[in-house]
Amino acid sequence: MIFAIRTETKKGWRLLSIPFIFSLLLLAAPLTMMFLLSFWTQDYLVLDKTFTLNNYIEAATQPVYQLLFQRSLIISLTVTFFTVLLAYPMAYFISFHGGERKALWLFLITIPFWTSYLLRMFLWKVILGYNGVFNSLLLWLEMITEPVTFILYNANAVVIALTHGWAPFAILPIFVSLEKIDRSLLEASRDLGDGPFHQFFRVILPLSAPGVVGAALIIFIPTVGDYITPKLVGGTDGLMIANMIQVQFSKANNAPLAAALSASSLMIVAFISIVFVLFNKKYLRRY
Amino acid sequence: MNNLVQVQNVSKSFGEVNAVKGVSLEIDQGKFFSLLGPSGCGKTTLLRLIAGFEIPNSGKILIDNKSMDGVEPNLRPTNMVFQNYAIFPHLNVEQNVSYGLRKKNLSKAEKDEMISQVLELVGLTGLNQRSANALSGGQKQRVALARALILKPKVLLLDEPLSALDKKLREQMQLELRHLQRAVGITFILVTHDQEEALTMSDKVAVMFDGEVEQVDSPRKLYERPASQRVASFIGDMNFINEKALETKDGLKVKSKILGDIFIPKNQVSGKLSNNKIIIGIRPEMISIITKNSDSKGLISGKITDISYFGVTTYYKIECGSNAKALSVSAQNSFGQMDYKIGETVKLKMDVNSLVGFLD
Repeated sequence: MIFAIRTETKKGWRLLSIPFIFSLLLLAAPLTMMFLLSFWTQDYLVLDKTFTLNNYIEAATQPVYQLLFQRSLIISLTVTFFTVLLAYPMAYFISFHGGERKALWLFLITIPFWTSYLLRMFLWKVILGYNGVFNSLLLWLEMITEPVTFILYNANAVVIALTHGWAPFAILPIFVSLEKIDRSLLEASRDLGDGPFHQFFRVILPLSAPGVVGAALIIFIPTVGDYITPKLVGGTDGLMIANMIQVQFSKANNAPLAAALSASSLMIVAFISIVFVLFNKKYLRRY
Repeated sequence: MNNLVQVQNVSKSFGEVNAVKGVSLEIDQGKFFSLLGPSGCGKTTLLRLIAGFEIPNSGKILIDNKSMDGVEPNLRPTNMVFQNYAIFPHLNVEQNVSYGLRKKNLSKAEKDEMISQVLELVGLTGLNQRSANALSGGQKQRVALARALILKPKVLLLDEPLSALDKKLREQMQLELRHLQRAVGITFILVTHDQEEALTMSDKVAVMFDGEVEQVDSPRKLYERPASQRVASFIGDMNFINEKALETKDGLKVKSKILGDIFIPKNQVSGKLSNNKIIIGIRPEMISIITKNSDSKGLISGKITDISYFGVTTYYKIECGSNAKALSVSAQNSFGQMDYKIGETVKLKMDVNSLVGFLD
């Protein structure tokens, strides 16, 4: 028995080793380098390797970085909120009313992935632009007299585009958690006097909470650091911290400050995520 | 008697499958009623129709003289104990038990009082805060019962509630359920495929086959006077002997090669005589093996061909005459009972009053 476990464990390690080395090289090494870099100073092409916290102090105190951090978090949290809010009904529909076509519905949800993310974001420019699809439609319907501009080249545009881009990632975990709910529990709640409304809030929502929490994390973590969406549709008012990091690394020639901004961003996201998970811990039990 | 639940000519089909075909039933107030039948006979569908989880294609269901047409399950005076118990995993015992009290506008103290009463009733006192995941099968069963009973429904529906328990616990729960039903006086409707369970627990049993009710009777009647060969062979064992019969004024005369000349009164015969053919049924325990040769008149003689030992009883296969199907005979292994061996020739005596006749 012990022998069997040992060989099983060995086999497991052997299987894990290649991805492990891979992630060590491609994730841990650059991360370490970034952290190191963030404690150094750069003067044009020369790196001064004496330890300093100046970069972090600058990242924390300069109003422009504060603003960008703030905006990134607000955009990302808004995107998370709306994505989960929109994804839940879709996941609910597929799970409870998908019938024999569940697989088809899930397949349809993946269709946006057939097009490159970049193209989809460009499409939002076409849709939201001054002479874009949305404005033309509203003009044609005579709901507005001149094109609206608050929907492109600002934070709103970034929220709209990101919400669309990340929706499938939220639908799937929520769908899975809804699928796992024992249907007889729904009948039990009806049997014990609940109408559809109470059934949803007393049984379905609490039991699908792990999926909702998972979806929220999946959306929140990567969107904070999103770079291409604000660059394409954000204008200047919609720029996020990742855009500044890119500027610091390239044009501004200040890699250590960029590294410190990245590290700060990483820590803020990690902190919020951990707080979020701890806050929802009671919902994350496995049923 | 007050018919609390009336099922009137109810049919239900799922696509091509006719699960329930024109069933009519009347279930008395305060009784323990069972729906018994092999799997796929439509008994669970019938229960779900009463609960409101399925809507009949035709026919009517009345509970307490009120039509249940268009009444949602949450508004019916019924509660259900589900086959897998359906305990809410995110709630503890107390929260599960008090789940249905939401609408009743009770004070905290009244609720607590009701919860502790019902937990005592099902034997779960003190487990209020236990998480649902930490419960054993038997405990889940009790929580499911408590959750339904606390609402004091007019009818409690039980969908094979004991099938997931092991034999010992099942037998214990059978007794407890029976006591509970008498104590609370609520009408119980139990679905089961276990004939023993149905017989021991119920006041009345409806036997179902292929979506139709074949017989509704008390357990004793069902066993002693089964209405058809199907019912007879589903509930317990029975020997069936094909014979030819002659009709007389108050019964049937049969000249049987195996059983000799016998007379079966009308009330022991079901069906109508059409072509003289009759199937005679007799339970294995209604035949006994006579050891002493003293009074051999009217006895049947046969040869033991097989013996199965079951502890309390022993089953013998006994061949009476050539070309005849061997009879099953069971003997209690009580004090003084003889032992027989395969190949031995024995004399048999049977209780003629327990014979039943089935006609085509």
